Amino acid sequence: MIRLEKRKQTSRFWTYVTPILAVVLTMIFGGVLFAILGKDPVLAIKTIFWDPVFGEFAFYYRPEVLKKAAPLILIAIGLSYGFKAGIWNIGAEGQYIIGAICAAGVALAFYPMEGRWFIFPLMIVAGVLGGMIWAMVPALLRVYFKTNEILVSLMLVYVADVLIKAFSIGLMRNPDGHGFPGSRNLNDYSSAANLELIAGTGLHWGVIAAMGVVVASYAILARHQFGFHVRLTGESPRAAGFAGVNANRLIMVCFLISGGLAGVAGMFEVSGPAAQILGSFPSAYGFTAIIVAFLGRLNPIGILLAGLLLALTYVGGGAAETAMNIPSATIQIFQGMLLFVLLSVDVLTNYRLRWAAKAGGV
Amino acid sequence: MNRRTLLAAGATAAFAAALGAPLRANGKIKVGFIYVGPINDGGWTQHHHHSAKEMVEHFGDAVDFVYQENVPEGPDAERAITQMCLGGADIIFTTSFGFMDPTINVAKKFPNVKFEHATGYKQADNVSVYSARFYEGRAIQGTLAGRVTKTNKVGYIASVPIPEVVRGINSAFIHARKVNPDVEFKIVWIFEWLNPAKEADAAKALIEQGCDVVLQHTDSTAPHAAAKEAGGVYTFGQAADMAEYGPMPRISSIIDNWAPYYIARVQAALDGTWSSVNTWDGISTGMVGIGEISDAVPAEVKAEAEAMRDAIAAGEYHPFTGPINKQDGSVWLADGEIADDGALAGLNFYVEGITGNIPS
Repeated sequence: MIRLEKRKQTSRFWTYVTPILAVVLTMIFGGVLFAILGKDPVLAIKTIFWDPVFGEFAFYYRPEVLKKAAPLILIAIGLSYGFKAGIWNIGAEGQYIIGAICAAGVALAFYPMEGRWFIFPLMIVAGVLGGMIWAMVPALLRVYFKTNEILVSLMLVYVADVLIKAFSIGLMRNPDGHGFPGSRNLNDYSSAANLELIAGTGLHWGVIAAMGVVVASYAILARHQFGFHVRLTGESPRAAGFAGVNANRLIMVCFLISGGLAGVAGMFEVSGPAAQILGSFPSAYGFTAIIVAFLGRLNPIGILLAGLLLALTYVGGGAAETAMNIPSATIQIFQGMLLFVLLSVDVLTNYRLRWAAKAGGV
Repeated sequence: MNRRTLLAAGATAAFAAALGAPLRANGKIKVGFIYVGPINDGGWTQHHHHSAKEMVEHFGDAVDFVYQENVPEGPDAERAITQMCLGGADIIFTTSFGFMDPTINVAKKFPNVKFEHATGYKQADNVSVYSARFYEGRAIQGTLAGRVTKTNKVGYIASVPIPEVVRGINSAFIHARKVNPDVEFKIVWIFEWLNPAKEADAAKALIEQGCDVVLQHTDSTAPHAAAKEAGGVYTFGQAADMAEYGPMPRISSIIDNWAPYYIARVQAALDGTWSSVNTWDGISTGMVGIGEISDAVPAEVKAEAEAMRDAIAAGEYHPFTGPINKQDGSVWLADGEIADDGALAGLNFYVEGITGNIPS
């Protein structure tokens, strides 16, 4: 009988090496998968991971990776606070959707008035507040009624999903849209558009915000007392209580941060790449960000790198689909495998395998 | 091309440079397809893919065929289409309404690539739009439904509230009422094009409410299975013939057949005669196929439906010919008046006699 035994101390070295190991293992397993499908595994891996960054058309793909990574990084950074403290906001996808709805609502309310200097900032505020309000529901229920925040936040994703579908055919439907669902195209409304700041670079306000949040988050977690409280609560809730950490307030603050960042990610997306409120707007960024947060070891720099990597698998994966006729499901399996492998490798970082005579253990 | 020159030249110039030569000198052409669903969905996407493959067979080695399935409508679509352009595609078919703005955006960057967008309304110099007059098929279904129903209740599983679906409901209803003044429609909206579980639930609910004919604007065979289980309920194949459910419950079908159009457009691109067009074809060109009417239908009803099919194909009959009133009783089409394509394209109201509201 194999038994898992918790290691007394996890090696710092392995903590940082395991994500890289997981990526390499995923590439190997993925390669086998491609080979079984009769595709050249080396070419497939190269198409996914190398070509978008260094290949012939990198000038187009690099900005695409940035645009795809920005919402992932924003959401994952927000989630990392709660996850560090053992507070599980699984519903970032819902907060992302509500942020987008609120921001688009502001834009559509002012359409066609010109005034970027106040409309665009107001949309950002609306996005943040929308995400925060949606995140407060599971936070308050947890604090006052001891409900499970995982379930409540997750269920609210489906509510948000229904809301955006309803808005896209109802309240926010484009009156000039020939009866089709979907709001006006915000990219065509200069006061609300979140376009590339320098053409061809992919840099829009969301990318800049993501970078800023990474830096700020790094400073808060390393230097600020709040960062200390978050880490302490995660490692030892009892000790945190003795240190004067108000557990309920921490829950609220963590949900406010993750909800606000998810909401603003939705704002940058709906005013930029997505361009409109549409039933197909939800693209599971809020769920993928959970993978990003863990792959990045809940560390801001790690999340930055993990976000870029996941974005790369989307962009490169799409390229592999067309270039090599790989079925889209294979790419999704590939992404899922990444988290699965990481979690497996993590078990071995935190636990050691022991051969034991009798069953039991952790 | 390094980063600095790119920035200096601007993105558009870079794209143009990256895609200099328009058509291959050797007469080979690269044709791309962007699909919203999986290629084996049994309905919409599968039929585009079938038709595309028929086109590829027709041209043989002259065509280099690429496709991407499961492309979400939104920013990912724009990237998928751009990827195809960068990969050297000469003509790209984007086969879902939600690809409209992405197609237009990419088309601006690649003026030498030709685009064909299905079911949209935005055209450009290098963007054609094409769609099928499925409402012609609905007129035949409505006639059959009105004749075969015994409970005078016809169920309709509607997908997404867009003009195409509303046109289908109106057309089926008008023709059912024409042959059976007592017929009523019960309409269920499921807000999806393909969801076997929801479609089955909707079909069961309609059957329980007494409907003995179920029409569907959704792509799966689940309603047929539900009808078969209930017994004595008539259904129609959608997008595919779904003949495996004949002769009962499936008594006929609307079949999407894009192959003739795809062959014609690729041929035009090969010949250098391609230009931006707005195509809306129906039964006459075969874009809308009417599946064999099964023997479960009385012979005289079958003959009546086939006569209508032939009249529509010959251009002698238009399914939206007045007098037709709107749901609120106001006049839409005067006696003998035929709806113009503009009004049909944006149709967003029910005709008189249908109960309930279009979701909004």
